[in-house]
Amino acid sequence: MAEIADSGGGGHKKGGKKRAKKQSTRVDMTPMVDLAFLLLTFFVLTSTFSKPKSMELSLPADPPPNSPPPPEIKKGVTFLLTKDDRIFYYVGQFYGPENDKGKPATQLSETNFGPNGLHKLLAEQNKWAIDEIEKLTAQNKAKTLADSTFKRLAVEKTADPNAITVLIKTDDQATYKNAIDMLDELKINNVGKRVLGVEMSAPEYALLQEKIK
Amino acid sequence: MGKIKVAKHAPSIDMTPMVDLAFLLVTFFMLTASFRMAEPVVVDPPASHSDKTLPENTILVTVDNNGRAFFGIGNGEAKINALAKISEKYGVKFTADQVKKFGGLSSFGVEVKDLPRYLDASEAERLRFQPQKGVPLDSLNNQLKDWITYGATELNVIYTRNRDEAKEKNIEFKGEKPRYAIKADAKAKYIYVKDVFKTFTDMKIYTFNLITSMEGGETKPAGAGH
Repeated sequence: MAEIADSGGGGHKKGGKKRAKKQSTRVDMTPMVDLAFLLLTFFVLTSTFSKPKSMELSLPADPPPNSPPPPEIKKGVTFLLTKDDRIFYYVGQFYGPENDKGKPATQLSETNFGPNGLHKLLAEQNKWAIDEIEKLTAQNKAKTLADSTFKRLAVEKTADPNAITVLIKTDDQATYKNAIDMLDELKINNVGKRVLGVEMSAPEYALLQEKIK
Repeated sequence: MGKIKVAKHAPSIDMTPMVDLAFLLVTFFMLTASFRMAEPVVVDPPASHSDKTLPENTILVTVDNNGRAFFGIGNGEAKINALAKISEKYGVKFTADQVKKFGGLSSFGVEVKDLPRYLDASEAERLRFQPQKGVPLDSLNNQLKDWITYGATELNVIYTRNRDEAKEKNIEFKGEKPRYAIKADAKAKYIYVKDVFKTFTDMKIYTFNLITSMEGGETKPAGAGH
């Protein structure tokens, strides 16, 4: 029991007999308690803040040599990440200024990592999958859909042809943080088909350089 | 004449239960806390919404903001066995003392030929060690690839051994298969990390855990909240 020390001296008692001083048998525990709490605080703070989180990522295998060119992406967005946290994108297939299909040349649009930029854009582009998954979530909440079935169906929806495919291409100025933010945003918007780190084609690079000049 | 005596009692509270509780908590946190070993570089990973905790049994490649790669293995035994293989391949000899020190190293970013000198240095000297250019990973001298190959082999050997032992004794096996983790600085250029990805994909390893910090309340300069 910690106790505030009794004021020992107190002065002489008038006319009192000489008595043996009553020695207190109590030990002052205050320093020990101080130390205990110091250690407690230290361990509480260090143990909760040192748990790293991680994000799983699967990269595509390199295509074998002499494989046919990848099929045209029907429904998709290509993002070009570059310096100063800027993002450019175009929807659908890329057409150069003079293509043999007679399509108008692709123009790059700019967006940003803010809630009104990338988040809104992806929510609009991937509306079909987001709506489908919302329906499933509602069924799951109403207990008409088992958890395991829900998870499987949700994954199937993101792989559906109606859901968008996203390609992320980076130039030599983009930072790692940009790529992670991009992946994070895709996850939030239920984009299942995403490819990171595809090489930028020469016309795309030329177009990007013109924009950031 | 005699004044009324007020009993002189020091105001005292019985602190025993509180102290008991404090020590209980101290003991609990001391036993559960896992200490991080000193790392050769400070790396500030980007934030994400992912809440998966990092698996224990990993090969970790750290990339700092200058693009230097650092290599580490989560298991001390696997680390020492991998060092033996590397020593054989590169013809660099290590003393028993150096091997022991290597087992306690979290990660390192030096070439194999500089490794004995690096291990002899004290912890403070290691921070100023030259040349600390990261584990080389260019196509001519891809030491990172060898480290990953041997590290993964050794981790798998230990994993299989533990699993079989558990099977023999009929206990439930809780170990996890070895995984590959990449911890890169938020400010690192993406191309640096891409080189590390390339080293992995060349070895037909396509799945990684990217270490991120939890997205907290703090404001971020770009890519802000939702």
